[in-house]
Amino acid sequence: MSSVLVVLEERGGKVSRISWEALAGGQRLGSQLGLPVCVAIVGAQTESLAAEIAAQPLGKVVRVEHPLLNHYTADGFTLALQQLIQSESPAYVILPHTYQVRDFAPALAARLGQVLISDVVAIGDGPVFTRQLMQGRLNGNYRHTGDGPCLISMQAGAFRAENSERPTNPAEVVTFTPTVESNQIRTKPGEPFRGSSQTVDLGSAQLIVSVGRGIKEAENIPLVQELATALGAELAASRPICDNGWLPLERQVGSSGHTVAPKLYLAVGISGAIQHLVGMKGSQCIVAINKDPDAPIFEVADYGIVGDLFEVVPALTEALKAARQ
Amino acid sequence: MKIIVAIKQVPERDAHIRIDSTGNWIEESGLQYALNESDAYALEEALQLKEKFASAGDEVIVLSAGPERVGTTIREALAKGADRAIHIVCDDLGARDALGVAKLLAAAIKQENPDLVLSGLQSEDLGLGQTGVIVAELLGLPHATLILHVEGTESGLKVKRELEEGWFQTVELPMPAVLTIQSGGNKLRYATLMGIKRAKTKEVRELAASELDGDAAPVVVLEQVTMPRKQKSTQILPGTAKEAAAALVEKLKFEVRVL
Repeated sequence: MSSVLVVLEERGGKVSRISWEALAGGQRLGSQLGLPVCVAIVGAQTESLAAEIAAQPLGKVVRVEHPLLNHYTADGFTLALQQLIQSESPAYVILPHTYQVRDFAPALAARLGQVLISDVVAIGDGPVFTRQLMQGRLNGNYRHTGDGPCLISMQAGAFRAENSERPTNPAEVVTFTPTVESNQIRTKPGEPFRGSSQTVDLGSAQLIVSVGRGIKEAENIPLVQELATALGAELAASRPICDNGWLPLERQVGSSGHTVAPKLYLAVGISGAIQHLVGMKGSQCIVAINKDPDAPIFEVADYGIVGDLFEVVPALTEALKAARQ
Repeated sequence: MKIIVAIKQVPERDAHIRIDSTGNWIEESGLQYALNESDAYALEEALQLKEKFASAGDEVIVLSAGPERVGTTIREALAKGADRAIHIVCDDLGARDALGVAKLLAAAIKQENPDLVLSGLQSEDLGLGQTGVIVAELLGLPHATLILHVEGTESGLKVKRELEEGWFQTVELPMPAVLTIQSGGNKLRYATLMGIKRAKTKEVRELAASELDGDAAPVVVLEQVTMPRKQKSTQILPGTAKEAAAALVEKLKFEVRVL
């Protein structure tokens, strides 16, 4: 039967937040098209996760379960979901846009003769799927024109996860056992480990000054450090700054670094690619200083200064020092 | 070890982007192009691997699809140290979906039978982040994504994979394999004058897209390109640097109340 199938991901024994958001997107699409929404969860032991999900008003919850799916591998997940999709024939398959999904979903789609529409931020009539282009400077509207299932991965925060009240009848839970042989899994994943020791706690900082590519050179970092000090804020950075080794990785904000939601996030010379925005757009107040008035950071900023940071930042540091006296 | 690095030429980061008259792509005239950033890291990883495991027959081959202009980016990669290049000459790259582009690359890679295929994890223009993974699927090879570090083992490779929120993971996989490289794992080298000179004499084999793969109809189409809608109404603080700074301090004090 035609349906919307949402594949959820587990994080620390619970369904991850971005998965609930993907489900909200799936439910929106389902109601738009009049299709039932089913949910799949993949693993070796999925009983408690399935129970958590079944409390939602859904068509069906499928436990895709096999001992070889205990640890994530691209081969295992691709095989299992390919079989599930061929058995259920959903019209749409929705996944959260996580690093794990990015690792296997393009191959899963290709195996089905399809192309994943990745990193979707909005769903319009048609349906048309919107994703960002050119580092967030443009939006692109994509349509699936092929026969067969349409695979979508949904960006964090694209839809608000609103867990509805417990329905009177919990969703039906079924188990699907894919055929997976150990020799089909070619990669051997190790246990996750943390990077360097953590000496700053960006997650609990109330004020953050964050610096990006616009700072140009390592020698200029003290300029923003002085601003952070004058404001009493923690210093953070976008990915390129940490890639270059100008600031340690533990100060990185974005999808590969920390997710922060301080009272004030002051972005200096950060253009605002989506990988950065997902890590800070929950901040209560966002201020952006950038020379490019079209930089995507201004789409989420409450206050903006369009100008040369090498003039604005020292002026702001002075003004803050004066205000603090 | 024979390594192929798939690279992409993309508009320069600071380029002024305008939507073209068709409304479904950007105006390309007058644009400056550059090597996609994570592809530069993939090239660097390949060059370092070659230097580490130097043995006879080792080579680094760069592979790129696109129109004639892509040649300048290919020369840049050769100047940095790649041994030779394959240019899939293709004027309608934008009309192909991710599967269509991956089919072209996979067909060219197959002819070379490499031990390792590297690419950046994501392009800066389309940002699909899929090409490497689809190429692996089409070639029937194992893959790993978001890789920061590559080591050889007796039986294959041991790679450091980035996970979210500051976590990492080691993955072991046999060769041949496909890896997509995350930026930041290595320090990028610059081309030397000698390198630039040598690049001029290195082989660039041109392949016509039509020779490689029947152009299957795309299953996903980019229909329209639009300017993003603002999620918030940003209050721009005008004036000189000093005036704007003073205005911001006022806002931080009395409206945001963080001073």
